[in-house]
Amino acid sequence: MSDLVLYLLVFGTLGGAFAGAAILVWFERRLLGIWQDRLGPNRVGPLGIGLALADIIKLFAKEDWVPPFADRFVFIFAPTAIVMAMLLGFTVVPYTSELHIADLNIALLFFLGMTSLAVYSVLLGGLASNNKYALLGGLRSAAQMVSYEVFMGLSLMGVVMLSGSFSLVDIVNAQAERGWFVISQFFGFVVFLIAGIAESHRLPFDLPEAEHELVAGFHTEYSGMKFGMFMLGEYLGLILISSMITTLFFGGWLGPGFLPPIFWFFFKTFILICFFILLRAGIPRPRYDQLMSFGWKVMLPLTLINLLVTGAVELWL
Amino acid sequence: MSVVAVQVVDVESELTELFPHIALHFQRTADEIPTFWVSRSHIREILKGLKPRYEMLFDLCGVDERTRNHRVGLPPSDFTVVYHLTSIRHNCDVRVKVALFESSIDVPSVHLIFLNANWYEREAWDMFGINFSDHPNLCRILLPPTWQGHALRKDHPARATEMDPFKMDFERQDKEQEALRFRPEDWGMKRKNDQTEFMFLNLGPNHPSVHGVFRIVLQLDGELVVDAVPEIGYHHRGAEKMAERQTWHSYIPYTDRIDYLGGVMNNLPYVLAIEKLAGIPVPPRAQTIRVMMAEFFRISSHLVFYGTFAQDVGQLSPVFYMFSDRERLFRIIEAITGGRMHPAWFRIGGVAQDLPRGWDVMVRDFLDWMPARLAHYEKMAMNNSILKQRTKNIGVYTQSEAMEWGVTGPGMRATGIDFDVRRDRPYSGYENFDFEVPVYHNGDAYDRARVRVDEITESLKIIRQCLDNMPAGMYKSEHKLTTPPAKERTMYDIETLIHHFLSVSWGTVIPAGECGVTIEATKGMNMYYLTSDGGTSSYRTRIRTPSFPHLQQIPLISRGLMIADLIAIIASIDFVMADVDR
Repeated sequence: MSDLVLYLLVFGTLGGAFAGAAILVWFERRLLGIWQDRLGPNRVGPLGIGLALADIIKLFAKEDWVPPFADRFVFIFAPTAIVMAMLLGFTVVPYTSELHIADLNIALLFFLGMTSLAVYSVLLGGLASNNKYALLGGLRSAAQMVSYEVFMGLSLMGVVMLSGSFSLVDIVNAQAERGWFVISQFFGFVVFLIAGIAESHRLPFDLPEAEHELVAGFHTEYSGMKFGMFMLGEYLGLILISSMITTLFFGGWLGPGFLPPIFWFFFKTFILICFFILLRAGIPRPRYDQLMSFGWKVMLPLTLINLLVTGAVELWL
Repeated sequence: MSVVAVQVVDVESELTELFPHIALHFQRTADEIPTFWVSRSHIREILKGLKPRYEMLFDLCGVDERTRNHRVGLPPSDFTVVYHLTSIRHNCDVRVKVALFESSIDVPSVHLIFLNANWYEREAWDMFGINFSDHPNLCRILLPPTWQGHALRKDHPARATEMDPFKMDFERQDKEQEALRFRPEDWGMKRKNDQTEFMFLNLGPNHPSVHGVFRIVLQLDGELVVDAVPEIGYHHRGAEKMAERQTWHSYIPYTDRIDYLGGVMNNLPYVLAIEKLAGIPVPPRAQTIRVMMAEFFRISSHLVFYGTFAQDVGQLSPVFYMFSDRERLFRIIEAITGGRMHPAWFRIGGVAQDLPRGWDVMVRDFLDWMPARLAHYEKMAMNNSILKQRTKNIGVYTQSEAMEWGVTGPGMRATGIDFDVRRDRPYSGYENFDFEVPVYHNGDAYDRARVRVDEITESLKIIRQCLDNMPAGMYKSEHKLTTPPAKERTMYDIETLIHHFLSVSWGTVIPAGECGVTIEATKGMNMYYLTSDGGTSSYRTRIRTPSFPHLQQIPLISRGLMIADLIAIIASIDFVMADVDR
């Protein structure tokens, strides 16, 4: 790949991710509107798409304020961490067999590492705010993300076993031979899906912010673009998780040949994003301790059994 | 009528038998509730003696009697404390009054006999300066802690123009804020124990799920609620004080705003009490229209509850569906009354207008539409396993606790107590309707929601009966105190014209007396206890709202649970802060 193409790809990914996140805010609200028997934003521009732009202008134009009681440096650093981590996560996503920024031989581990870094953002944001609601939100997120991290990683080991590689390109290529892993690794898929929602802390796993309990949780004290970064991070996370599920379980760019591979990749990712939004419209929020016990008592055993069975099948069959 | 009179005599002789050494002074009231006066030294003994029979302290309020003219046959008094006891089991009431004088305005506190007396006594102190000795924490409850004077005293100004202009400078703001600071020591709380230092979290007065301006200070150990102190009064608008300046008629719109989700349901006990005082017969058509409108508002209020209940446990969508159904309902209400949330549509002696042409089509459409929606919501919300997990066995109280804390309405029926004022003490013609009273037995948050959901179905049943059997006839009474009087009768002879002129310019004069009427409102038992001094406005209007005692028992049912559970409990109580603070 020439340098020029690489640069284009990097900036394309960067711009695409930002634009995607901005449009997603509008798209989610429209979709929720349809599902919830109401209109949603439909005034600014055609179908209300101008709202994405208006939101950005609003966030940028707001006063950049740090509460006097907050830990200034950490308070400013926290929202940038989540955006950085999520953007770095995008570097390993293969759009097609040719089109990817980096095909690392440890891409999967790199992705897991980057999403884990995002927890610092939430934790530090909650801590630095010096606000009781934010503190409780930060505490919850630390517990939630650390425990869901465990089986998020473990749930992918089945995929690694089947494809024999940590490289995402190899994993997709393996699916061309062995069929989409969503079938052979169904339990791994379910666990990764749930852990993925928990990682991007969206409803029903939005306990760190839990509007009805903790006002706005860890970002209670944030406003303006610093709040915007958290929101951006959340939507980037949503896109990233969706594209990872596509890559790992739904055969990435693989699809019928009448359309280019890159279309199939984005199409699958888009469907998954819609699914995540639908979840938000449909499911109540479990209690914090219920979430934890669900994680450790149901998800972890499920992951381990899945791993055991996959290993056994690979070894003896 | 005669049956009730017999009961009065019975209670009189019974009480004299029960307390042979205590002088009891009996009073006749328009509502036929046995009422008697005792001296303050005997109040504890009397209430203790009455408690086995009357298990609930339904209401406790003060009255400033100093400017009251019509006091024939009543013992002298400057300030009167009224204890209203109710028995749910025996379905009867009794009212005990204690006369106090300005020189020593002390009365023994009864918070150890009836636990819910705590807040009521604070309110009476706040409003009248009545000093309840031995009260654990006699401080302001509805008015700001820095308030000067006692608002419901007759010598306290009733309007802003009678007072100096209000200024809130920075100094004053700091002072007010400092006064609101929570000090755990005032409430007998410890800042830490051997293992841990507690966190005190100020939940509210502005918080997404406290449904208005309500503050709960939580003592937290991690996320566990060790103790909680509910703080009310942020929504206090002096509704009872306003009643003393408005005419009987012009106060009706104020009642709409007490339980602002209940609309005309609030008008009902108020006009019923006036009608009882003045002996105004209400024609059957007006009664049926009232029942129908009241049930519409019960559905509307319960729909808001249903949606916000689901929302507070984190389900985003139901609230939108329920609000759009409520919108359909408001369209009917708008067609009939011209108003939506606060139509102020009931009148003394009837309702404001007859039903419009075509009302029955709209109502029938709604009745056909709603059951399918409810079945849908059932699947979406009530049968959702996460919602069940979040609300089952959360915020449990027993039957006796419900009685002890004055819990009424759906919250009471969720504990298995089968009592509904509409069925057991019918008013406004409810005896003619056929409906079930939903009762559940666990007394937890889920069952409280269940009762309300089932009540929507029952209300639909009642409305259908109104629709099918709407009597013909007048929509308001022909009695001369009906306000406003029938227009047709004003233009023909001088007598009716003068009546009309006076009642419009000065206001209707309601005969002197006392009367309290209780109805089954959307949130529980709501009573308007009116005292008329033979004037154009009420001498004292006491509004006993159901939400007030419901909030008082929040600490009891939330100790040892988590913050998320507290939110579920708050959602399941279904209160409206305007209903609490008045």
